[in-house]
Amino acid sequence: MLKMETVTKAYNHRGPSLTVLSDITAEIPRGDFVSIVGPSGSGKSTLLLMLGGMLSPSSGRILLDGDSLYDLGPDQRAALRREKIGFVFQTFNLVPYLSALENVQVPLFLGGMSEPDQKVRASALLERLGLGDRVEHKPSELSVGQQQRVALARMLANDPSVILADEPTGSLDPETSSQAIAFLEQVNQEGRTVVMVTHDPQVAKRAHRTLRLDGGTISYERPSRAFVSVA
Amino acid sequence: MQLKKLVWKELFERKNQVFTGLLAILLGITVIVAIKNITFYSEKAVAQELDALGANILVLPKSVTLENYYSADMQGDEFPEEYVSRLAQSNLQGVDNLSPKLSVPVEMQGRKFTLTGILPKSEFQAKALWQAAGIFSRPQGCGTVVAIPGITPEQPKETLVRTRVIESLSDREALIGADVAASLGVKPNDTVSLVGKPFTVAAVLPQTGTVDDSRIFAHLHAVQQLAGKGRVINVIEIVGCCDQISKGLVPKINGLLPEAKVVTIAQVVDTQIKTNRMMSNLSTVFLAVIVLVGGASIANYMYGNVHERRREIGTLMALGAGSGFVLKMFLLKALILGLAGGMAGYVLGTVLAVVLGPKLAGIIVLPMPTLIIWAVVISVIIAVVASYFPARRAAHLDPCSTLQEV
Repeated sequence: MLKMETVTKAYNHRGPSLTVLSDITAEIPRGDFVSIVGPSGSGKSTLLLMLGGMLSPSSGRILLDGDSLYDLGPDQRAALRREKIGFVFQTFNLVPYLSALENVQVPLFLGGMSEPDQKVRASALLERLGLGDRVEHKPSELSVGQQQRVALARMLANDPSVILADEPTGSLDPETSSQAIAFLEQVNQEGRTVVMVTHDPQVAKRAHRTLRLDGGTISYERPSRAFVSVA
Repeated sequence: MQLKKLVWKELFERKNQVFTGLLAILLGITVIVAIKNITFYSEKAVAQELDALGANILVLPKSVTLENYYSADMQGDEFPEEYVSRLAQSNLQGVDNLSPKLSVPVEMQGRKFTLTGILPKSEFQAKALWQAAGIFSRPQGCGTVVAIPGITPEQPKETLVRTRVIESLSDREALIGADVAASLGVKPNDTVSLVGKPFTVAAVLPQTGTVDDSRIFAHLHAVQQLAGKGRVINVIEIVGCCDQISKGLVPKINGLLPEAKVVTIAQVVDTQIKTNRMMSNLSTVFLAVIVLVGGASIANYMYGNVHERRREIGTLMALGAGSGFVLKMFLLKALILGLAGGMAGYVLGTVLAVVLGPKLAGIIVLPMPTLIIWAVVISVIIAVVASYFPARRAAHLDPCSTLQEV
């Protein structure tokens, strides 16, 4: 379970302090699929990075499975990300000089898996995403949709229980976007928690719940249709 | 995927940047290897030249003028033979051989020659005190090995012309210079009369082109007896180690024998000292340049590389890489760059030395494999030290700002 307890985040870049998030309290149960929406600069990505243990709050606590993330040291948080969290980004952030297979191997290698095992696991994931014939291709040799699929395969490499997706469809055309969301739904059905930041209301509707951030606070929390039907 | 594979692939991705980043350190190592290589063979060549001259230091009576290096002992002045004991019992470094001499004019078959008394080395070694504490009690570094009677085969007596000493010589043996032998028609094992005493010709010396060709050599003590002068000599010839001469052997001998005049072949030694000093200074200057320019170049390249890879570093951190991993990744890259710079610099420097050595210094230069260790160690240290701060910066990057998604 992901839990935010009165989380505030303020920045002090040049001039007066800017509070991006103010006293956010929310719970995301295991297996939930939550979308976070809101206007630009509302703190959506900040919240996502805080949930991923990459940005400490100014005050408040964030707990993952009972562990207060920011009471852990940086290396312990890195270890926790390796074990429990899968990230996917709007611009995919693939390592440009590595092949598709090697990109998917990275989290496995960081997790200490042997090279032959890495290859087996990474190949199976790419196969699952329909990229079995593109394993040796570098990102620059792949289409945008294929790059996003490599990023999705990499996200799943360490079999994470929590998926954090930052605008996963922001660079995709509608058809590819729909496929990407379908994949996130699929991994959610496998029992993983998915938290997704999006601008797209159609994409947001595919989640169980939607959190709207506005003015640094959650302005409303609405169960989506899918969530209602599940409930 | 392994760390080294990740680093290797990144290096190949940015080959041109890597090359330009490495250029300063590569050129620095190249020049310094070339200088060291040429210097080594240059020093060796001068040392050989000096060795070929035979005695390169003369100890003479204070009053003697040095108009002719090879006949400086012919001016009639003398000093006590005891000076030899002082020298032999000292702990001076770099004295390979010493040969005390007393020269007196003699007449044979109506012709005038010089009879020179020499002290064979066996007499030095017979003195236990000298063996235990003196200059011949330790290994010597300039190619002359002290003979151990009964174990080391005795050198032919003709080697006197080069080594300035012979192993043994009896009281009634003589060595005849090439010109003397030719003009008197004497051969080995003939008997000649010197100041009315019979001497057996132990050997006829080869032509040297010096005054030695017109000399007759006999045992020092026999000559002293014939001349009726007591235990005196008029020169001590020393074969000094070239390195030690440049490090101040002459003043040290002077300190030991303040009543005598100690001279050396000034031009040769001066040239050697100047060349060594210049090469050593050049090496130091280049080492400083390579440390500064090479280090700055690598650091600059690494800072640029860290900046360029901010997003990648942030992604790796999001995927679970800790700061230690990122630090290791950049330091491993620095290590590879250092190894490559050192090895390539060694190869280029060696080629440069072998090609330019004969043209610049007039000597044959051969590759020196030991320099590769030096080149690689220097290069790796510079690369790793210069990369440490950029690597540390990478390890402490804020992953959020690197992802630029806040």
